[in-house]
Amino acid sequence: MTTKEHPKLTLKLAIASGKGGTGKTTVAVNLFHFMSKNYSFKTQLIDCDVEEPNDLLFLQDCELESEDISTQLIPFIDNDKCTYCRKCVSYCEFNAIVVIPPVEFAEVNPSLCHSCGACIVACEDGAISEHPAEIGKIRSYKNDQGGFLTEGRLKIGSAMQTMLIKDTKQHAHEDVDVIIFDAPPGTSCPVVETVADADYVILVTEPTPFGLYDLKLTVEMLREIQKPFGVIINKAGIGDQKVHAFLSNQKIELLGEIPYSKSYASKYATGDILNNINIDTEIQYKAIIRKLMARYTQDEGDYNFKR
Amino acid sequence: MKEITILSGKGGTGKTSITAAIGSIASSVVFCDNDVDAADLHLILEPAIREEHTYTGGWTASIDQSSCIDCGICTDHCRFDAIHPDRHGKLEINPFKCEGCRLCERLCPVQAISSVQSTNNNWYVSETRFGTLVHAKMGPGEENSGKLVSVVRKRARELAIKGNARYLINDGPPGIGCAAISSLTGTDLVIMVIESTISGLHDARRLYELIQSFSIPTYALLNKFNINPSSTTEIEKFLKDKSIPLIGKIPFDRHMVNAMVKGKTIIEYSDQIEASKVIIEAWRKLEHYLE
Repeated sequence: MTTKEHPKLTLKLAIASGKGGTGKTTVAVNLFHFMSKNYSFKTQLIDCDVEEPNDLLFLQDCELESEDISTQLIPFIDNDKCTYCRKCVSYCEFNAIVVIPPVEFAEVNPSLCHSCGACIVACEDGAISEHPAEIGKIRSYKNDQGGFLTEGRLKIGSAMQTMLIKDTKQHAHEDVDVIIFDAPPGTSCPVVETVADADYVILVTEPTPFGLYDLKLTVEMLREIQKPFGVIINKAGIGDQKVHAFLSNQKIELLGEIPYSKSYASKYATGDILNNINIDTEIQYKAIIRKLMARYTQDEGDYNFKR
Repeated sequence: MKEITILSGKGGTGKTSITAAIGSIASSVVFCDNDVDAADLHLILEPAIREEHTYTGGWTASIDQSSCIDCGICTDHCRFDAIHPDRHGKLEINPFKCEGCRLCERLCPVQAISSVQSTNNNWYVSETRFGTLVHAKMGPGEENSGKLVSVVRKRARELAIKGNARYLINDGPPGIGCAAISSLTGTDLVIMVIESTISGLHDARRLYELIQSFSIPTYALLNKFNINPSSTTEIEKFLKDKSIPLIGKIPFDRHMVNAMVKGKTIIEYSDQIEASKVIIEAWRKLEHYLE
């Protein structure tokens, strides 16, 4: 069966965690590395942690290919045409418009605007027009192994992270084998947006009370949106055994465990995690990738993952 | 009353453990957990809930398919790609994509669309062994976390003023987006907890740029400073360049995790270990600056 007869199936993975600092970036970068290098998969890593994108710090051989400015449409009210009827104010669910008729004041607060377009529909005087305002940058890189990195980077001061994540995801390539979405911490709308198009979510946790509590919140969220997921326990060996107990209780797939290592933490500190990778780390990630692939080929029946 | 917000940019740098530790040291404090998305402070402070409130969040629209005439006006106007035909060809709204702008509801010629407000978020006022805690629990996948941060902060401030507290301490969220912005506005001082890594520094730089746009005095606390000396040197250079006072360097210590497992602050666990001593000294310095 050739790719011409069947459109290519791209495996879409998302990495999330709930709690910050559990190792999402480490796992994302390592999966990206091993999938490109050891399995020759054409892989794209999309850094959706747009508030604090870190993947690029760990991928030293990346070359910038393109940069796009991501914008949102912000309405502008023309005082010459405005009759101060306040209909736009009543249409705006986000309290982003202030109109004070006695002093003929009408203004939009861009930091509250969701660019829904309701005010334009509301205005009967043709006084509102929309203009693009930057919310961040989307940069695409290529590395030596033919892998792609796409990074959304929120403009400092912008509160529109979810909109930028949506825009960053538009830069997904169609002709790659695997896409990895690296999610921000938390469990709210930016994380839902990141994992929305994924076939499978990898949750990275740490075996601590904070790690477990936030893992439970994330599991609750993923079950609500009906996404299949599995868990990687990072920094295994610290903390306690309660994450393990939770996983077996809830029959959640444990994809792998990565032991805490002081020397690995030191390599991470300088961004140097992809050079001189020790054999144990390599074995762990390969085992995780094998599990993911087995799951995928099983789910897709006859369709094979590789071209 | 002085309001202090603890932030980091990067997640998992130790904000919550440090906030809880300050609880062990400082007297007359009201706490507010601003990380409403993945709140953890209550795991150490073990609050007894005194007040429970529902926070009504954003709207979500839905279509009554029996009255829908399939005109497609809603689909054409929805900017969030939330309205699509279901498998029977009838229009439906994906609640996770719906932004809650209610434009579709206003435009529907047959009033087939209605919206409901989420009541899936709660917030609480609680008593703890270190003082009052205002905290929240968001429903999974909810939006508007920035607004919920404003709600809990407002209540915490009222309680701090009413109770004549000396300090209000906000345990902040990770990132620099809407929740972080909400936890910054109007605070008197920021403690930036920086993890001694390349990403810790990268994220602190972005956070500091945001804090500067609000002109809020900022102090830095370095965490896990001993995992790599060269990263620590880089960060100290950054702090010196920006004239950000460094009030302490906390070493990586497994006792930090052990304390968390036991539900204790690091100070309660042992005030004789290096990490505890550094935090005690850092707080002493801050109190001095705030006088």
